[in-house]
Amino acid sequence: MANVDLSAEEIRRYGRHLIMPEVGMEGQKKLKAASVLLIGAGGLGSPVGLYLAAAGIGRIGIVDFDVVDYSNLQRQIMHSTKDVGRPKLDSAKERLEGINPFVKIETHELRLSSENALALFAQYDIVVDGTDNFPTRYLVNDACVLTGKPNVYGSIFRFEGQASIFATSDGPCYRCLYPEPPPPGLVPSCAEGGVLGILPGIVGTIQANETVKLIIGKGEPLIGRLLLFDALKMKFREMKLRKNPECPVCGSHRTITKLIDYEAFCGVQPGWDSYAREEQFEITVDQLKMRLDRKDDIFILDVREPQEYEICNLKGHLIPLRDLPKRINELDTAKEIVVHCKIGGRSRTAVEFMKQAGFRKVKNLVGGIDEWAERIDPTMPRY
Amino acid sequence: MAVQIMIPTPLRQFTENRESVSVDASSVGDALKSLCTKYAPLKKHLYTDDGKLRSFVNVYVNDEDIRYMQKESTPLSEKDVLSIIPSIAGGRA
Repeated sequence: MANVDLSAEEIRRYGRHLIMPEVGMEGQKKLKAASVLLIGAGGLGSPVGLYLAAAGIGRIGIVDFDVVDYSNLQRQIMHSTKDVGRPKLDSAKERLEGINPFVKIETHELRLSSENALALFAQYDIVVDGTDNFPTRYLVNDACVLTGKPNVYGSIFRFEGQASIFATSDGPCYRCLYPEPPPPGLVPSCAEGGVLGILPGIVGTIQANETVKLIIGKGEPLIGRLLLFDALKMKFREMKLRKNPECPVCGSHRTITKLIDYEAFCGVQPGWDSYAREEQFEITVDQLKMRLDRKDDIFILDVREPQEYEICNLKGHLIPLRDLPKRINELDTAKEIVVHCKIGGRSRTAVEFMKQAGFRKVKNLVGGIDEWAERIDPTMPRY
Repeated sequence: MAVQIMIPTPLRQFTENRESVSVDASSVGDALKSLCTKYAPLKKHLYTDDGKLRSFVNVYVNDEDIRYMQKESTPLSEKDVLSIIPSIAGGRA
């Protein structure tokens, strides 16, 4: 049994755990003796932090370097309206200590990197991955494998979520599932693709649930299983995950024995020529402003969704990206066309598609309408 | 033989927003090829220029990863559900 004691006050607090045989005094003491590191204090980190603090984990570390923004509040429930502009770590610490003063909250204001990850992970029992980008996901995975810490994984996109536990001693790791990341620009980010605010709540509470189960050693952990959740259909599905014997980081002939440069690893992959940046097919917001001011004949194509167009627009011709293939005949190959979306990802895909369809005078607006709102027209609403 | 292919959210922009597409096929490779014939822009998201399935796109027959079956030659039978599961990264932001 874990070598800690519970005070009378703690016993009263955790009573509903203590009367269940699956937790009991023994399980609650294990929770108190445990330490968990949260990577990210955002959409996933919020419910994970709140529930783990409430559950009485002894020590919770949080890694983040961001400040709270208004657009976070739709889903990052650890932070409040009054916290806008504050470091997320400050509001997270205040909130979690408010929920449970028996929990020690340790904040790490840093960008997780190959230089600091191993030493940091070594101080905790379990790592919970609540990041929002591929380089950090691969970094978290590899550092978990190398330090032998379980990686409680969750990931979200729009209405869809994934969860699993990676890097346990016999189980698969994230690289067994996906040996390589997609090239930049292929998979839209949440900033661009959007996300239902409740989705990270559901996926994050699954991560919290699995973390608690790992600590108390009860039930069937989500190891070797990839849980898929569709919030629109309200359906859970489960795929089998196997440990890949050829895995470069956890397989028997591993080639990765220390942390690598993850930005480079997730950068443009060889063979991904069609996604390479080509300057002749790009235009900046400043260039566009200058050319519109001098009344150049430019056709603006907006490939966002109608509901985004309603929020703000550049009076462009609206064809959502997904409709572009069947509506491409609305466009004139002889005209100079500037394509934009919110931040430049979808429009890049659109420009690639149009190039293949024979358009030569087509340019992607770098940074999208968001960049336009920031640099050219501050009165334009941003979302 | 008709099999159902489940399309993940990030790729639905190429399938007229359909979440599943039914194709006639007797193997995984055939099914994916006829999907790409139906929705041509999808092809470069699933295959490399030399025709190999991309490594960040996983394909499952029911709940089994085709990498541990017969890969693209894995035979399909009536009522099998093919799922394309690409990696997604969102969470913190």
